[in-house]
Amino acid sequence: MIEPRLKIATCSLAGCFGCHMSLLDLDERLFELADRVELNRSPLTDIKELGECDLGLIEGGVANVENVHVLLEFRARCKILIAMGACALNGGIPAMRNQFTLRECLEESYLRGVGLVNAQIPNDPEIPLLLNQVHPVHEVVKIDYFLPGCPPSADAIWTFVNQLLSGQPIALSYTQIHYD
Amino acid sequence: MAESSTLAQTIREIVQRHGGMSTRLLQILREVQDHFTWLPPETLDQVAEALGVSPDKVRNVAEFYSFLYTEPRGFYDILFSDNITDRMLGSRELLHYLCERLDMEINTTRADGLVSVGTTSCTGMCDQGPAALVNGYALTRLDKPRLDRIVDLVNSRTPLTEWPREFFEVTSNIRRADILLGRHFADGAALRAVLKRGPEAILEEMVKSGLRGQGGAGFKSAAKWISCRGAPGDVKYVVCNADEGEPGTFKDRVLMQDFADLVFEGMTLCGRVIGARQGFVYLRGEYRYLLEALKATLLRRREVGLLGEAILGDPGFQFDIDIHMGAGAYVCGEESALIESLEGKHGVPRIRPPFPTTHGYLNKPTVVNNVETFAAAAKIAVEGGAWFASRGTAESKGTKLLSLSGDCERPGIYEYPFGVTVRRVLEDCGARDAQGIQMAGPAGHMISARQFDRRICFEDLATGGSFMVFDQSRDILDGIRNFTHFFVHESCGFCTPCRVGTSLMRDLVTKVHTGHGTRADLEEMRKLGRIMQVACHCGLGQTAPNPVLDSLDQFPESWERRLRSTAYEPAFDLNAALEEARRLTGRDDPGAYLSGQDLLIGAMP
Amino acid sequence: MSEQPSFTLDGRRIPFRDGQTVMAAALAAGVYIPHLCFNPEFAPHGSCRVCLVKVNGRVQAACTTPAAAGQLVQSEIEELREIRRGILQMLFVEGNHVCPACEKSGACQLQAVAYYVGMLAPHYTHFYPRRSVDASHPEAVIDFNRCILCELCVRASREVDGKNIFAVRGRGINARLVVNTPSGKLGATDFSVGDKAAQVCPTGAILLKHHGYEIPIGQRLYDRKPINVVGDVAQLSESRGGRRHD
Repeated sequence: MIEPRLKIATCSLAGCFGCHMSLLDLDERLFELADRVELNRSPLTDIKELGECDLGLIEGGVANVENVHVLLEFRARCKILIAMGACALNGGIPAMRNQFTLRECLEESYLRGVGLVNAQIPNDPEIPLLLNQVHPVHEVVKIDYFLPGCPPSADAIWTFVNQLLSGQPIALSYTQIHYD
Repeated sequence: MAESSTLAQTIREIVQRHGGMSTRLLQILREVQDHFTWLPPETLDQVAEALGVSPDKVRNVAEFYSFLYTEPRGFYDILFSDNITDRMLGSRELLHYLCERLDMEINTTRADGLVSVGTTSCTGMCDQGPAALVNGYALTRLDKPRLDRIVDLVNSRTPLTEWPREFFEVTSNIRRADILLGRHFADGAALRAVLKRGPEAILEEMVKSGLRGQGGAGFKSAAKWISCRGAPGDVKYVVCNADEGEPGTFKDRVLMQDFADLVFEGMTLCGRVIGARQGFVYLRGEYRYLLEALKATLLRRREVGLLGEAILGDPGFQFDIDIHMGAGAYVCGEESALIESLEGKHGVPRIRPPFPTTHGYLNKPTVVNNVETFAAAAKIAVEGGAWFASRGTAESKGTKLLSLSGDCERPGIYEYPFGVTVRRVLEDCGARDAQGIQMAGPAGHMISARQFDRRICFEDLATGGSFMVFDQSRDILDGIRNFTHFFVHESCGFCTPCRVGTSLMRDLVTKVHTGHGTRADLEEMRKLGRIMQVACHCGLGQTAPNPVLDSLDQFPESWERRLRSTAYEPAFDLNAALEEARRLTGRDDPGAYLSGQDLLIGAMP
Repeated sequence: MSEQPSFTLDGRRIPFRDGQTVMAAALAAGVYIPHLCFNPEFAPHGSCRVCLVKVNGRVQAACTTPAAAGQLVQSEIEELREIRRGILQMLFVEGNHVCPACEKSGACQLQAVAYYVGMLAPHYTHFYPRRSVDASHPEAVIDFNRCILCELCVRASREVDGKNIFAVRGRGINARLVVNTPSGKLGATDFSVGDKAAQVCPTGAILLKHHGYEIPIGQRLYDRKPINVVGDVAQLSESRGGRRHD
């Protein structure tokens, strides 16, 4: 009998998709992975609705109201939630805006930028509203595992996922743990 | 030009009055500030120049002590005591009332520069609060009528010297006296005893007495004296720790107010025993109002031959005492931080060993004892160690002064033989409905009614004397949260776990107290508290988590009733974090908010 | 001559000379105890608390505890690793440590010690303090976001360089590194790249300009080997990827 494949979902909040690129760097190992897991909602699939999943991989920090919604939904539907990469872990580069007030950020971008006509801060309801600061994901939901790196290397992701899937304790080698 | 030369002249005079000694830096800055209401940068440079020290040293000190201001302050500087006992007496409402009447915000200086209003750590008037300080002088028994009059006095720019004297009245409220407070002491008796019997005999009595440090740490006093006496060097010092900063403690204030002679006598005795010729009283800034009277007492003792040259006519017995004022830094109650402060520096605890008995003030052998310890030592010299040891328990001899405050009918000072039960104290002070006691201040322990048969002594409940009663009507967490704020304010910032840990703890406690916490947060508090207890550099940080940890054990229901049923809650208010963006964009559509239902989704286990 | 006195560190016999601390003796014996504010060229400071060890069952800072014959010292035990991890996490949330955007990354002692104690994430709630960057000096830049208040630059400038350029000012969580000039700018001081103070920072708070990326990420000091093998960046010569230029 074939074991049912584990369901995995991934998302990128306030991040650069670099962690997802690293995931793709698994290269031929992706085939092996595909035998063992089924990808649910993810930038790599076209699935719009998040289903019940075993694992959720979160890239990026929490910068706006949409990030909050996605993160909360992932927490609700994924048995195990993993924060992946520097931005998810500590806000990363996007959190460097925390050095300024939101007003300063928006005015700099939308009022004082070069070549702006009718400069104004956008207020379209379609645009997710920004939080006053960017936060790491663990400040919003419970996170079960943290995988550092900017991005975590494909090797680190591979080791991590394998250990997790086989129920071993997570033990990354020295070179697989880095913050940059 | 004329102005700046006047400024330089004023500062030179102040510095000269202090003998141009850099050890007096904190004292000098206090006086400069009294003159200018704050410490403008040019005054700091002038002080540095006049003292011949680097300007950065002066700035370090100026920025460390909370009563020194490097930003302009009002001509009247009013600071409400923010201990939980003041809050129980309604201080928060009064603070808001005063600010409203003065037409200003809390923690600001009014636009006309006339008045600043803020808060400060416990001022040691817990038995007669709500209390405050105005320009460093203690105000007691505040109420709305009194504040109304203060508003008028401020607005009419009435000098402090013309304010009604009863505003500044500090009563001693001694409710129970035993051998320390109750028996007459003839000035000079201890000094006659040491002259007659010799230092060795007095030390023997000290050993026999079993006297232990009454500040709460409980180190054997005789051992300190013996160690210091035996330490090499001709120059030694005696330091009296009157930096009574533990919230809820005020017994040293009463001793300094009513029994200063006894304390000075104990110090002088110590000087004779260890071979020191100079003593210092480190008096907390909040007790500024005592300074003139203490100086007068010192003068009188010099005049009658109990202090100064040739004490009691013995040319070989000389000892004098200086008073050094603190300036709002609880950490200076730690003896090595106190010594740093006494040397004119910012008060960061030293690395120990070496200990002060061999390397203390100016690296000379130094005995640092608490006020009550010196008072007891003077009595022991006269009455004998056995007399003292006849009271108390096996490991805790003699008596202890307790400072009772909070929910009791008769707050004040109670002297008991060591070993008294908490229950007995509660009965005596008229605390009929006690839910819990914060023993020995926020750094001590919180105990619940199940433990009221415990005994106050070093074997069981050690204390420096603070005893704050919470009755059944109180929310214990109000107190705990207040204490976590206290430690954030008082951490010196030197070591990581205290500097950062106190803020993390305050935020966790606030999160739960305001109804946003879960069981995960309680577990987090325990973990953080355990790290702080073992990892911090000094006792301040090591004890800072005590009230949180104790209350988690003793009052779990107080915490649990605040918890959300969810498994996990965000560290911050998500909806509030959108407010700024809503304002900037003018958006009010549903997408501009996170509904409670939204948030619940991710919070479920 | 009698045998040199010794103590036991994680089961290993460590000889010591009179006056040595547990840290100094361990270091001399080639045993690593993680640390940040300690630098063997300076008197111990005892402020970062990363070097906590258990001495006869009691938790103490190895850098300030005098070695004594027969002491039983434990260092590499899970209980201490957890505390050390907690302290590192506190340092990471207190400042703004954005490793991907830091020139020091890979050769940073703070980062390397965090790796060593097994810190995966900062865990606590971030403070995100608003701090400045001072690039006024032609040869060096100070990024106050990365300062961990170890006071090594303060001590180096005062004790070795004789310049007294830095100070830590303020109290509690408001304590901060400052430059001792009226403007507070490094450019207004006689700080020079040859100063000891330019070599001792365990983070990327004090950086020399124009040298940020001479060694590519991935080939830096701690990229392949841990700090207990490589040693402290401030103790290694430039040719070995360190900061020291004798």
